[in-house]
Amino acid sequence: MELRVNREAVADARRLAGAIVDPIAEFIGRHSTVSVERAVARLCGIDGVDPDGVPLPNRLVDALPVRESGVARSLGAAVAESGRTPQQVAEAVAAGAALPDPARTPEAALRASLLPWVERGLGRIDANRERRDALLARLPQPPPPRLYVIVASGNIYEDRTAAVAAAEAGAQIVAVIRSTAQSLLDYVPFGATTEGFGGTYATQENFRIMRAALDETSERLGRYVMLTNYASGLCMPEIAATAALERLDMLLNDSMYGILFRDINMQRTFVDQHFSRRLNARSGIIINTGEDNYLTTADAVEQAPAVLASQFINEAFAHRAGMADAQIGLGDAYEIDPDLENGFLFAVAQAQLARQIFPDSPLKYMPPTKHMTGDIFKGHLIDAMFNLTSVMTHQTIHLCGMLTEAIHTPFLGDRALALENARYIMTTARSFGDEIEVKPGGIIDRRARDVLNGAVALLAHVAERGLMRAIEDGSFADVRRTPQGGRGLDGVFAKDPSYWNPVTEALAAEETVLR
Amino acid sequence: MSTIKPYGDTLDDGAVQLSFTLPIPWDESADEAARRLVAKMGFSDVAVVEGRAIAAGFSFFVVYARTPVAIDVSTVAAPAATRDALDMAGVDELIQRRIGRKLRVVGACIGTDAHTVGIDAILNMKGYKGDYGLERYRGFDVYNLGSQIAVEDLVRFAKQREVDAILASQVVTQKGSDIANFTALAELLEAENLRDGVLLIAGGPRVTNLLAAEIGYDAGFGRGTLPSEVATFIARRIADRVPA
Repeated sequence: MELRVNREAVADARRLAGAIVDPIAEFIGRHSTVSVERAVARLCGIDGVDPDGVPLPNRLVDALPVRESGVARSLGAAVAESGRTPQQVAEAVAAGAALPDPARTPEAALRASLLPWVERGLGRIDANRERRDALLARLPQPPPPRLYVIVASGNIYEDRTAAVAAAEAGAQIVAVIRSTAQSLLDYVPFGATTEGFGGTYATQENFRIMRAALDETSERLGRYVMLTNYASGLCMPEIAATAALERLDMLLNDSMYGILFRDINMQRTFVDQHFSRRLNARSGIIINTGEDNYLTTADAVEQAPAVLASQFINEAFAHRAGMADAQIGLGDAYEIDPDLENGFLFAVAQAQLARQIFPDSPLKYMPPTKHMTGDIFKGHLIDAMFNLTSVMTHQTIHLCGMLTEAIHTPFLGDRALALENARYIMTTARSFGDEIEVKPGGIIDRRARDVLNGAVALLAHVAERGLMRAIEDGSFADVRRTPQGGRGLDGVFAKDPSYWNPVTEALAAEETVLR
Repeated sequence: MSTIKPYGDTLDDGAVQLSFTLPIPWDESADEAARRLVAKMGFSDVAVVEGRAIAAGFSFFVVYARTPVAIDVSTVAAPAATRDALDMAGVDELIQRRIGRKLRVVGACIGTDAHTVGIDAILNMKGYKGDYGLERYRGFDVYNLGSQIAVEDLVRFAKQREVDAILASQVVTQKGSDIANFTALAELLEAENLRDGVLLIAGGPRVTNLLAAEIGYDAGFGRGTLPSEVATFIARRIADRVPA
C-alpha cells in the first residue's frame, strides 16, 4: 500500500518544525534544572538515600553553594580537596558537611578530579549499549510489529512474574507502568518497591530486578525481550540516566506531554527533555513519544493533524539532541469512535501516512482506550481492527490492546488473550498491506491529504506564534499552559558563565564526531 | 415473574460463562481442577470448553455452567441519578427561571489520579458524544482544576469560590484508592462545615449512584454518562432548595 504523499508539504512541515524548535534550543542552551544536575550526580556514581529516605543526588544538589555553576564544579572541587569519591562526598553532605566553594580549587584540578568518574559512568552506558547490540544479534526478535505489553501491579515482584509470563506468551517488549503520582515527584524513589497505585515506582533497583528476569527469559526463549519505562515528569533526566545505567531498551519520552497533560512547567520540560534525549542518543535507547494523548483527551478525527504536527516537533527536538531516526519511536493511536462509518479507513490513512513520512522511525502504535467499555467482547473486536491496521501499515512498536482496558490494570490472562489476538491477526494478514493499492481520490487518499495539510497549517500557526505562546493559546489539545505556570519552575535556572557540565560536553562532543 | 435466573436458551436454565486463569501448568488434570473448582463455587453442569497453557505455570480456562441460585428482582432498587435528563436549553432555562443566577461548579481528578478523560467529558465545552459540556451552558460557571488535585486544595478552592457543586472524578481504582479519595473529600468537607452547602458528586467508570450514596455523596455518575445528565441533576437539586 502506498499513499500519494505531497513531498513538498512534508518538506514544509519539517522546515516549520525546525523553525519552531530552534528558538527553544537557544533557551535550552542557556538553562539547566535541578533534575539535570541530579542526573549528572547519578552518572558520577552517586546513589542511595539519607536516613529520611531523601536520595543523595537531591541532598547534594540542594546543598550546592552556587547552583548556577552546576553540580559538577562543586563536586569536582570536593573530590579534589578531600580525595574522596563522589559517593563519599554525597554521603558527607547528607551527614551535614558543607560543600567547598568551587572558586577555591583551580579549574584544571577540579575538572581532572571529576572527569574520570564521568567517563566511568558513560563507559558503563556504552558497555550496556554494546551488550544490547550483541544480545539482539545472538537472540534476534521476530519481525515487527513488535508486541509490547504493560505490567502494572504496584509490586515489582508480581510485575516480574507477569513480565516473564507475558514474554512466554509472545511479548517482545515489556513496560512497567509507573505509580500514578510519580511524574510529579521531584526525586526518584529508592530500592525495590511493593506498593504503588495504577503502577509500580520507577527505581534503579526495580529496573535491575526486571532486567535480570527478562535477560534470563530472553536466553531461555532464544529471543531478546526489551524493557521499557517512563522518562517523563519532573525527573525525566534522572530516569534517562538510571535507565541507561541498567540497560533499559525503551523510554516513553515526549517533548511536550508533561506540559500539556501533567501541568509540568514548560521551561522545565524543554530543558529536561533535551538532556534526556542526549543521554538516550548515547545509550541507544529508543524513545516512544506520546501523541496518543491528543486523541484520548479530544476527538480523534479532529485531532489527527495535531498528532502529525506533534510527530514533526518531536522528531525535530530529538534530532537536535543527536538522536538517530531509528531511535525515535513516534506515537499514534487507534482511537476513532467505533460508531463512525469508515473510521477504520481514517485510522489506516493516518498510520500509513506516518509510515511513509517517517520511514526509519520505529513507529509506536497505541491501542484503543477511549472507546473501550466494560463490554469486553466488543473490546476484543476493536483491538482486532487496531491489530489489522498496525500490520497493514507496518507499524514497528505495537502496544497490545487489552479487552479489559476500561476495567482494570491487566490480569495475566488478559495479556495472553491480547497477545493471541495480535498474533492471529498479524499472521493471517501479514502481507495484506503490501498486496493492496489505495484508490486515488478515495476516502483513504483524501483523508491522508487532509491530515497532512492540517498538520502543515497547525505547524505554520505555531511557528508564527512561537511554541511557548502557542501552548499558551491552547494550540495543542485545547490545553492552555503558561511559561511561568505548572510544576517545577523553581528547579529551572540560568547558567552562570562558570557553569560546567562534563556530561553534556561529552555527549555533545560525541555528536560532533558522528556528524 | 419476579424471581429469575440467568437465561441461556431456556427460561431458568441458569446458564453462565466464566473465564479465569489458574497458576498451574496445563494438562488434562488442570481442566479437571478447573471443573471441580467451578463446581465448588456452587455451579452444576460444569463444562470446561477451553483450557490451555498461557505461560509456564499458568493455564487459562473458559467454562460454561449452570447456577442453582435465583434472585427476586422486586427486592432490588438502584435508582440512577440520570433519569429524565433535560437538554442544554432546558437546563439553562430551569436555572434562569428557578434560581436566577449562574451556578458555580468545580471539577477535579482527586488524589494521585491523572486520568481526566471523564471529568473533561462532562465539563469541557466539547462534551461527550455530541452532548455539550457544562462550560458551554449559560447557567454554569465552570472551574476544571484537572488532574492530581489534593482534596485539601479542592476544598480550599470550593470554599473561596463558594461553589454550588463539586465534581470529583476517579478513574484509577487499584487497591481501593478511589474510595479512599472520595471518602477523604467528603470527610474534609464535613470537618470544614461545608458539606451541607454544596452538592457533592462522584464520577468515574466504576462509580454507581448507589455506591455514591453509601459514601455520603449526593449522586454518582458512571460510564456513559452525558454532560446534560449531570447538568440536569445539579440544576434540579439546587432549584428544589430554592423556596417556591
